[in-house]
Amino acid sequence: MLRLANLEAGYGPLRVLKGVSLHVSQGEAVAIIGANGAGKTTLLKTVAGVIRPRAGKVSFDKHEIQGRAPESVVESGCSLVPEGRHVFPTLTVKDNLILGAYALRRRKRSAAEVTASLEEVHSLFPILQERHSQIAGTLSGGQQQMLAIGRALMSRPKLLMMDEPSLGVAPMVVRDIYQAVARLKRNGLTILLVEQNARAALAVADRGYVIETGQIVLEGTTQELADNQEVQRAYLGKEYERIDE
Amino acid sequence: MSHARLHNPGCETLGRDELEQLQIERLQSTLNRVYRNVAFYRNAFDTHCVNLERIRDLPALAGLPFTTPEDLRKSYPYDMFAVPLRDIVRIHSGAAASGTPIVVGYTRNDLRNWTECSARVLAAAGITEHDVVQIALDYGLFPGGFGFQQGAEQIGASVIPASSIASVEKQIAVMKDFKTTALITMPSHALRIASGLEQMGLHPERLCLKLGLFGGERWSDQLQHQIEERLHIVATDTYGLTALMGPGVAGECHGRQGMHINEDHFIVEVIDPKTLQPLGPGQKGELVLTTITKEGFPLIRYRTGDLTSIDPQPCACGRTFVRMARVSGRTDDLVVFRGVAFTPSQIEQVLAQVEGASPHYQIILDRVGGADTLEIKVEVCEAFPSLDEVRTLETLRRGISDRLMSVLNLDARVSFAEPQSLRRETGPPTPVVDRRGTP
Repeated sequence: MLRLANLEAGYGPLRVLKGVSLHVSQGEAVAIIGANGAGKTTLLKTVAGVIRPRAGKVSFDKHEIQGRAPESVVESGCSLVPEGRHVFPTLTVKDNLILGAYALRRRKRSAAEVTASLEEVHSLFPILQERHSQIAGTLSGGQQQMLAIGRALMSRPKLLMMDEPSLGVAPMVVRDIYQAVARLKRNGLTILLVEQNARAALAVADRGYVIETGQIVLEGTTQELADNQEVQRAYLGKEYERIDE
Repeated sequence: MSHARLHNPGCETLGRDELEQLQIERLQSTLNRVYRNVAFYRNAFDTHCVNLERIRDLPALAGLPFTTPEDLRKSYPYDMFAVPLRDIVRIHSGAAASGTPIVVGYTRNDLRNWTECSARVLAAAGITEHDVVQIALDYGLFPGGFGFQQGAEQIGASVIPASSIASVEKQIAVMKDFKTTALITMPSHALRIASGLEQMGLHPERLCLKLGLFGGERWSDQLQHQIEERLHIVATDTYGLTALMGPGVAGECHGRQGMHINEDHFIVEVIDPKTLQPLGPGQKGELVLTTITKEGFPLIRYRTGDLTSIDPQPCACGRTFVRMARVSGRTDDLVVFRGVAFTPSQIEQVLAQVEGASPHYQIILDRVGGADTLEIKVEVCEAFPSLDEVRTLETLRRGISDRLMSVLNLDARVSFAEPQSLRRETGPPTPVVDRRGTP
């Protein structure tokens, strides 16, 4: 469904992605794990059209989408839940969600479809229904994360990209969020997930990639990644003793 | 052909487009890892001015330097491992063309992938959970026995690790009493078992044997037919090599049109061994393999020395992986005798260490009554004082044959020739005479 070929991107003189190739098949959940600054967020932002790639291709549903504007990427069915949520703090929960359906309206979909989307989001995160008229900025971090995911789902994406959904969220809430992600996956949604919390990401994903300084250094099923000793040491917190040669 | 024999249909029937995407992703991540973790590759890529970011598609692989068996020998034992030794859970080793062997380490994931590849090869040959599989291969440093063992166990077959140590009589007794349905061994050993059956007056129909998987040495179509007729089985060819993973690289399906290479784990190329340029489908040349999932011991463009050709045409079995033809020869002068590989130069080295033996010799390989024989014919030194003395000659013969056994693990018959009779200029054009090809 999504295919990146030799994607390169950066900021000014800084080269962040140095030829990344990866794919996400229909119905699959794929995790990208890596340390801070490895290029994970840049990768998602480049796919989402927020950053223009310097080279390489992004194919989504067999169409090349690299260099397209973010709204056009969303319209094609690819939504991003950005790192740090970025909900509209002064708007209500409901208004935040309705804004997420903007792409649906651009596609001239009916109000009924927007309502159906809203109901789906409410069934996934009942708390958002309970708090529908609350100002988003007053929600807890975990609730804001749910709202951000809900908002992305409002456009009825084929591919949901999530950037660090566990960041700054209480461990109990991380579990709730990942249960919701697992449910979305069971319902057939294709997911691309970027995480520093490798344990959580590998628990829900089918496959994964390890990114280091803008390059993919490992690809495999989540079991393979979890069994890789280097992944265990670097990302799963297994004790690491340095061997001096 | 039903899908029942596909061990992993999801992978084995991948469309070319999807497979190539997977291959380039895995190749790029492997290259990034070897550059970071293996000094040999960092040096090789830097020396050849390789910019890994330019490896954007599969044809770009051709711009990378080769890895040769010699490189592996120089890295003895651990210098080409891409992970620390504590991440290695298994170590195998194999004979190489000259003295120093090749040492290969496997991580937990490598073992899992090896098991998967081996299971695919076994399933393609028709092995199921209902089979009783007798493995008459070496279980030691050599990876052969273990590779098939793991794969057959994953399929759920009942596996008998008979090993190659058991005598032919013992193999036959196990085969009969344990109701073996599938035999895995080297072709020459299968012939010895067939001869054993004939000597014992035991008709193959009285056994439960129906399948055989063979590998570990070069064999021919005629030999395959002969084994099938004498053992009343369907015999299939397999391909593997110690440097990669032993059995599991490729195996024949019942279409019998070559061996499917597990392309989601290996990228295959065939090159002209002289010009080193890539050859197209159907053109015979040297097989070059790149591992794209191995963690412990990844190899980039490894020159196998085996001569074959590739057929990318779709196969009736449904597998989309390309097929390699039976290995028809070697680019080097490597000789494989009963699973032990050696080169004429190694024989020369042994002879140089034995007083009284000249450096002029001939290697004669034959097949007598289904069993392979090796004769080393040696010229006696002209300076050797007492050529006619039987006892001295006997001591010399024992000296050479003991050293062949202790140094090269070769069980050879040593005979003598008159001085001057085996000189290259006047004598045989090649030091190796192989009469095994004609069964």
